[in-house]
Amino acid sequence: MDNCGPKVLDILFKIKNEIDPSLTFRRSCAHGVCGSCAMNIDGVNGLACIKSHSDINGDLNIYPLPHLKVVKDLIGDLSTLYKQYESIQPWLKVDQTGQEKTELKQSQRDREKLDGYYECILCACCSTSCPSYWWNGDKYLGPAVLLQAYRWINDSRDGDKKERLKKVADELKLYRCHTIMNCTNSCPKGLNPAKAIGSIKKMLATS
Amino acid sequence: MSTYKIIDHEYDVVVLGAGGSGLRAAVGLSEAGLKTACISKVFPTRSHTSAAQGGISAALGNMGEDDWRWHMYDTVKGSDWLGDQDAIEYLCKEAPRAVVELERYGVPFSRTDDGKIYQRPFGGMTKNYGNGTAQRTCAAADRTGHAILHTLYGQALKQQTEFFIEYFALDLIMKNGECKGVIAWNLTDGTIHRFRSHITIIATGGYGKVYYSATSAHTCTGDGNAMVLRAGLPLQDMEFVQFHPTGIYGVGCLITEGVRGEGGFLVNGKGERFMERYAPNAKDLASRDVVSRSMEMEINEGRGAGKDKDHINLHLDHIDKKVIDERLPGISEAAKTFANVDVSKEPIPVVPTVHYNMGGIPTNYKAEVLTLNGSEKTVPGLMAIGEAACVSVHGANRLGSNSLIDLVVFGRAAAKRAAELVKPGSPHEEVSSSETDKCLDRFDRIRNSNGSTKTSELRLKMQKTMQSKCAVFRTEKTLKEGVDQIRKPFEGMSDVSVKDKSLLFNTDLVETLEFDNLISQALTTMDSAYNRKESRGAHAREDFTKRDDKNFMKHTLAWQKGKKVEIKYRDVHSRTLTNDVQYFPPKERVY
Repeated sequence: MDNCGPKVLDILFKIKNEIDPSLTFRRSCAHGVCGSCAMNIDGVNGLACIKSHSDINGDLNIYPLPHLKVVKDLIGDLSTLYKQYESIQPWLKVDQTGQEKTELKQSQRDREKLDGYYECILCACCSTSCPSYWWNGDKYLGPAVLLQAYRWINDSRDGDKKERLKKVADELKLYRCHTIMNCTNSCPKGLNPAKAIGSIKKMLATS
Repeated sequence: MSTYKIIDHEYDVVVLGAGGSGLRAAVGLSEAGLKTACISKVFPTRSHTSAAQGGISAALGNMGEDDWRWHMYDTVKGSDWLGDQDAIEYLCKEAPRAVVELERYGVPFSRTDDGKIYQRPFGGMTKNYGNGTAQRTCAAADRTGHAILHTLYGQALKQQTEFFIEYFALDLIMKNGECKGVIAWNLTDGTIHRFRSHITIIATGGYGKVYYSATSAHTCTGDGNAMVLRAGLPLQDMEFVQFHPTGIYGVGCLITEGVRGEGGFLVNGKGERFMERYAPNAKDLASRDVVSRSMEMEINEGRGAGKDKDHINLHLDHIDKKVIDERLPGISEAAKTFANVDVSKEPIPVVPTVHYNMGGIPTNYKAEVLTLNGSEKTVPGLMAIGEAACVSVHGANRLGSNSLIDLVVFGRAAAKRAAELVKPGSPHEEVSSSETDKCLDRFDRIRNSNGSTKTSELRLKMQKTMQSKCAVFRTEKTLKEGVDQIRKPFEGMSDVSVKDKSLLFNTDLVETLEFDNLISQALTTMDSAYNRKESRGAHAREDFTKRDDKNFMKHTLAWQKGKKVEIKYRDVHSRTLTNDVQYFPPKERVY
């Protein structure tokens, strides 16, 4: 392990650069912001670029994110999750007439409501750690996409809150969450998708 | 050559790259009714725009009086007068509208007490033509790039842009000096795709990975720049490489200038706030080239921090914890993860780190690619935007937060210009297969490389050479050595080994193609630097310490032919775009 950096990604680079150039994994920023190098490290989903290998005792087992179709080595097929992301319409819906030249105002308090949600990097660590998503991944939106849905539901500038809630209020899309909490435990950014899902359920229950 | 199955596509416009500029262009093109394809080697939200932290500049005046002319003056001065003032006028004048548009797209900007977009101070951003600090940099905490990138991807989905994700672009299709499309390799199933388009927009970002230590992502390999070189076109001002003052020591992870904007400061090994000596007015908020040089001088003169006296300390432990939690949460996390530092108690060890390429594909302010053929000429069918382009608005040194605004202003400008030039659905000209054959010959040759040198060895040799011979301070001697030594890894390509011969997600081949792209940019960077015998902005020559406007008030253009680089020059535009502002004549640059 001479000349190897401190992170799990550094080990993968060492193998790829010095031993087996065919080893295949996604990586880009190496700073924990792009979400490319999500994988299962020592039994827990995380980002290889921010996980220190010294935290792990003994052999280090690395797998692709669980329950995805494996394209090659550590690369899983995330296309279903990306389609689900698109389905929640991740864009602001505002009445566009006449006001295009001025910014929308948002109080600091309303802006704070996006903290803990807008930071999501779509790495899929949460969704692929969720047993419910493993079984019903084609229909259940899963924690990553539901957290994103909540980010838009919760934006004070958005004019489509009711419709957005109605769209996710579905036996399979939303209520397959059984608060197992693997999502929150695995988020490498320290976000809490389970809380977002709970908030959506509460909004639906009280609306 | 083995035969490759080719899948053909026809689009009005093809955008290469799905970072901030590529996505903004795609949104505008789709909105204008043009059939648009956006090709990217990574899923859009993985693009390196996501790593931008501090903010996006625009003279909104939300935090005190501001004027786009002041922003323009700062940018001209920041560029050390190498920027084209017509393009800079366009950038700064359009900036407020572009930021308001982003806000209305949904970017979660931080807010002022009265609910407007929050703006912070940034290096080189001043009021009233250099008199006092302006708060001009619009921020979403310290994750502004991430917030913008995700928002723009959402907008592109809304506009139903067609994405080709995890496609690696190989080459432009050229015919009689015009661009007719692009050829790409689909990594997820191994097929080759030929896109015919009336306009191809290159938005492939910078090439920071030619250096050993850079804040750049591993994907920042300037693939579009290299395609332009292979098409026989020049790159501009490649010698101007920005070293960001605050990359984490030993790691290279970026710590935003916003830290200094919020009151952080640099301290040397003796505990002195040394920037007071180098930039008495702006101090820690002088422009990046100035701060990076000052730090290097402190270290070189034995006043570095740490046991090896080889870095500088960035203090923010005096800043109110509430401010750090609200406005700098991301860097607190990064400092903990990569330097094991609690920013509320200890300083972050930092060193100047390669961060941004001012140089790139020459364009005018409408994003049309330029070449020199007797005089300045546009290349029909080809545009470039973002870090890949050299408009040139950043000249010899970019100001912090001027890159995000560059992405969206010129992304939008490219879409607007394309909509003027192309009628949706107009038929495509026939192009002979010779361009496709040439591209696939190269692809096939590299794929079947059976030499004895690993791609990683060649890459390391290139990176170490660039790092030691073409760094913050340069001399005739180091550059001459660099010009010779950088050709070794270039020649090494003839003995490269690609072990993985498959077509399915073959990252051994991807990295070799990326190295081939990088090394041609390393060559043009080194030779351009060797030939510019003056100091200007980020290009600091110890043997020519002064700016030389008489001989070098001009853009370098570099063509690559094998290991030979041909250098020519074109004049910097000494005009503004309109009469709304007067040309700022060159003067001494002090902060």
